[in-house]
Amino acid sequence: MMEVVPVPPFETLYETHRDGVYRYLRRLAGAGEVDDAFQDTFLRALRAYPRLRSGEHLRAWLYTIATRVALDGKRRPAPRPVAQPPELPVLAGRPPHAELEHLTGGLPPTERAAVVLRYGYDLSYADIATALGSTEAAARQAASSGVRRLRERSVRP
Amino acid sequence: MTVPAEVDRRLRERAATEGLLDVAYDVVEAPIGALLVAVTPAGVCLVSFDPDPEQQLVPLARAFGARILQAARPVEPARRELDEYFAGRRDAFDLPVDLGPLPAFQRLVLTELANVPYGATETYGGLAARVGRPRAARAVGGALNRNPVPIVLPCHRVVGSTGRLVGYAGGLELKARLLALESGLA
Repeated sequence: MMEVVPVPPFETLYETHRDGVYRYLRRLAGAGEVDDAFQDTFLRALRAYPRLRSGEHLRAWLYTIATRVALDGKRRPAPRPVAQPPELPVLAGRPPHAELEHLTGGLPPTERAAVVLRYGYDLSYADIATALGSTEAAARQAASSGVRRLRERSVRP
Repeated sequence: MTVPAEVDRRLRERAATEGLLDVAYDVVEAPIGALLVAVTPAGVCLVSFDPDPEQQLVPLARAFGARILQAARPVEPARRELDEYFAGRRDAFDLPVDLGPLPAFQRLVLTELANVPYGATETYGGLAARVGRPRAARAVGGALNRNPVPIVLPCHRVVGSTGRLVGYAGGLELKARLLALESGLA
């Protein structure tokens, strides 16, 4: 039998990814929702943790949960208009996902998630499909129409 | 940007109160130095003289489950009883203990160890006799050496046949200090 990668202690996974997940959710869900979305993401992850059989692909798994939490939040009617706070000054050498999350602000949520997950976090279309609750083809489609929309926007005067 | 401390703390507390943790741990400051204390829903499962969780998390996950987080509140009862013990105000722990999956002999020895009273000592041979294996003093020593919850289960009260202190996971000096505390000399 193949040796499976053991599931790490949750603290190890949490410490490794909490800041990245927090930044990701802040971009995707907005500054007003990020704290609740963060709690929901990791509580969902804890509930599902005993069912994991292997410690592989945990980063993709975690961002999948985060994406679902953020998109579920978007589908709920907003209790009040949520204005995005002004962007913080751009730091030199921002990681690509941060840059993308910044650029994709105006896209529809699904396209935005697909673009950020694909080009910022390097997730496969299969993983993105799981994250979006769609098919791989639909994930690919969402990413490419997101990219098309960004191109159109960037050439507009 | 990092997670705000308050958000991080709230997640840890909610995970514990919603019953989602197999193990919660925290560092407990004591006069003998910082201790790492871990608890399961069933009881205290680890007291370590090395407060760095790094080495402990994987074995804890294997024994009790991988849903492990540092969280203050679940460890609070243990912290309180340890504080009282070190202040000389407690001579027996009321904390339940979770020994997890242990070999039967070790479990037997540790369970019997709990009956050695505060301020008293027992020899390895004496403890072996108490568990019905009078010639197994050396095996008793081995079982005590791997006691996952020292202080709470008082392996410091077990001494050599001549009364010499012999081994202790936290060092002989610490063993002497705990016995002194219990005899009212500290």
